[in-house]
Amino acid sequence: MIAIFHNYGSLLLQGFGQTLLCSVIALIFSLVIGSMFAIFETTPIKFLRVIARIYIEVFRNIPLLVITMFFYVVIPMFVTKINGFTAGTIGLTIYTSAFIAETVRSGINSVDPGQMEGARANGLSWWQSMQHIVLPQAFRYVIPPLGNQFINLVKNSSVLAFVAGFDLMYQGNVIASDSLNTMSTYICIGILYLIITLPLSYWMRYLEKKLA
Amino acid sequence: MKDFINAYSWINIHYLLQGLWITVAVSLVSIVGSYVLGSILGIVRYVNIKVISPVVGLFIDIIRNLPLLLIIFFTYFGLPNLGLRPSSVWATILAMTVFESTMIAEIVRSGIAAVDPGQMEGARANGLSYGQAMYHIVLPQAMKKMIPALVSQFISLIKDTSLATIIVLPDLMHNAQIVYGQNSTYILPMFLMIAVMYFIVCYALSLLSRSLDRRMS
Amino acid sequence: MKKFFRLVSVIISSLALVLVLTACGSKSLADQNVVTRAKRTNTITWGVKADTKLFGLMDVKDSHIKGFEVDMARALTKQILGPKGKAEFVQVTSSTRVPLLKNGNIDAIMATMTITPERLKQVDFSRSYFDAGQSLLVKKGSPIKNVRDLNKKGATVLGVVGSNSVQNVAKFAPKAKVLQLSDYAQAMTALKSGQGEALTTDNGILAGMSVENPGYVLTGGAFTKEPYGIAINKNQPEFKHDLNRALTKVEQSGQYNRILKKWFGNVPGMNVKEMER
Repeated sequence: MIAIFHNYGSLLLQGFGQTLLCSVIALIFSLVIGSMFAIFETTPIKFLRVIARIYIEVFRNIPLLVITMFFYVVIPMFVTKINGFTAGTIGLTIYTSAFIAETVRSGINSVDPGQMEGARANGLSWWQSMQHIVLPQAFRYVIPPLGNQFINLVKNSSVLAFVAGFDLMYQGNVIASDSLNTMSTYICIGILYLIITLPLSYWMRYLEKKLA
Repeated sequence: MKDFINAYSWINIHYLLQGLWITVAVSLVSIVGSYVLGSILGIVRYVNIKVISPVVGLFIDIIRNLPLLLIIFFTYFGLPNLGLRPSSVWATILAMTVFESTMIAEIVRSGIAAVDPGQMEGARANGLSYGQAMYHIVLPQAMKKMIPALVSQFISLIKDTSLATIIVLPDLMHNAQIVYGQNSTYILPMFLMIAVMYFIVCYALSLLSRSLDRRMS
Repeated sequence: MKKFFRLVSVIISSLALVLVLTACGSKSLADQNVVTRAKRTNTITWGVKADTKLFGLMDVKDSHIKGFEVDMARALTKQILGPKGKAEFVQVTSSTRVPLLKNGNIDAIMATMTITPERLKQVDFSRSYFDAGQSLLVKKGSPIKNVRDLNKKGATVLGVVGSNSVQNVAKFAPKAKVLQLSDYAQAMTALKSGQGEALTTDNGILAGMSVENPGYVLTGGAFTKEPYGIAINKNQPEFKHDLNRALTKVEQSGQYNRILKKWFGNVPGMNVKEMER
């Protein structure tokens, strides 16, 4: 195991960096897109609700690998060349945003509808009540499941390995086949994933306690 | 277009359906297993029993923070070190059950935590024991809050079985790979077809959860 | 501070857990004498590919794996165990074959595996049963004529994870970027969608791909020698000896040439006469 770190340190570091980079980009965009569709779903406007419904149902019910392969294989045939890292990150963003939308929506729904009515009755606009009254409460409910989704996102970034995105799992496969020392390699990879995900899950728990 | 017609011959579709059956069967067993195990782990972690709860918590934290792909590897390649040689089907079921139960434990724990503590106090004040109050008052309310997150997790589970392709589980993803291994022009038709198949299974599950959600609220 | 200690303890315990999982390796199955066990059960278990045309490919009609290596494995089994000996096949990939062998799930690997010095440190090989050579597959009319044309900045070569052909590219065209896909069909699709200029692996496998994709051709001939060997666990001298003897018998009886002709006889770019033994 120490030999793996010693011999393949630079590859592991590169993979670690790529995984981190991809996760951060996908995290930001999927949170924004996901929250947007969640709000769409709870608006009084029917058109937006239908759009959001279709988006969420389609992307959360298809495996991530299929979405990613679509960007990697089909887009270059018709539109423009796209590398594995970009294809993987786009796929991951779209996929995760559908889950985040569903999570945030359930949070909004679990806020007592009386809150919204009360705020509206006090003269706030729909968007103002959403922003100041409903969303803060909704996010409190959904912090633990959102935390789960973020951790999922980091781990799901391993899909990049399938499209040669040079992430941690890709480098793991390369190192495992080069050193033929499969178990040790994947244990090293596991430790590196834990370095990202463990602090994230403790931070989420801390936030949950603080907000409760 | 010709690729699509050739790719969707009955022989190939039949082969995909065989894979779909494995996917569904492995998922069902893992869902039941991880739901039971996950609820137990989640409650144990919430209730805070000396020594046991911290150990359970540690276990949950480690497993849920690793990629499933690695858990599958460890199960399939690590267990033989202990003298067990599970087939790829059992290795997958074991890996999925252990991994998903830790995810479910977190959902259950936070679902219970989200129930107003006044409910528990009220029930205790009315003479119910802790266990009774938990079973009759707290858990049903927690359940209602948990349903969307639980269903999301089960849907993830179904799709995640595709990762077990790596240890040659003959599931939907694997069989699609075998079909496009015969002829690489089939790769796009196959990916579209399995997208549709996964969608049907998973969407059916989310429809079920919606009707449950409505009935309970 | 308490939280910090908790985090540290989690990390340390997880390390301990994985160490325990790897360290308590009992070597029961892989260390048993394969020949004795095979004679008792009348079966040899082979790890073969199921996604490689001509060598080992799953037939979706009856779910049997078929190919040159499967036929060879059957012939060798009958030589070692007699006409009633059974050959069982387990599907492997480039990344699972060695762990499965070491864990004792399979007795031998016959899966387009080149004999290399690095691999000899981990496993033992029979003598070569097929002499392949690494080559390139490109689009018809591509400016790339041989591997040296790829040795420039911006060139991308496609390969498959776990094959040694990607390491050879680093030797012959160090400036080229290498992308490793998870299987040959995905590598072929990546080539078609322009993710790389050339796909590299052994000529036998490439020939299978050019048959189904007429717009793509082999170019530049073989630039390495890739002798395929049967990989077995270390400390199995008896099994190795039996395998080599069986191989010689299969070659001398003409059975080898018949199997060769059956699979490669009609493949353009393959000269069966040169490969006969």
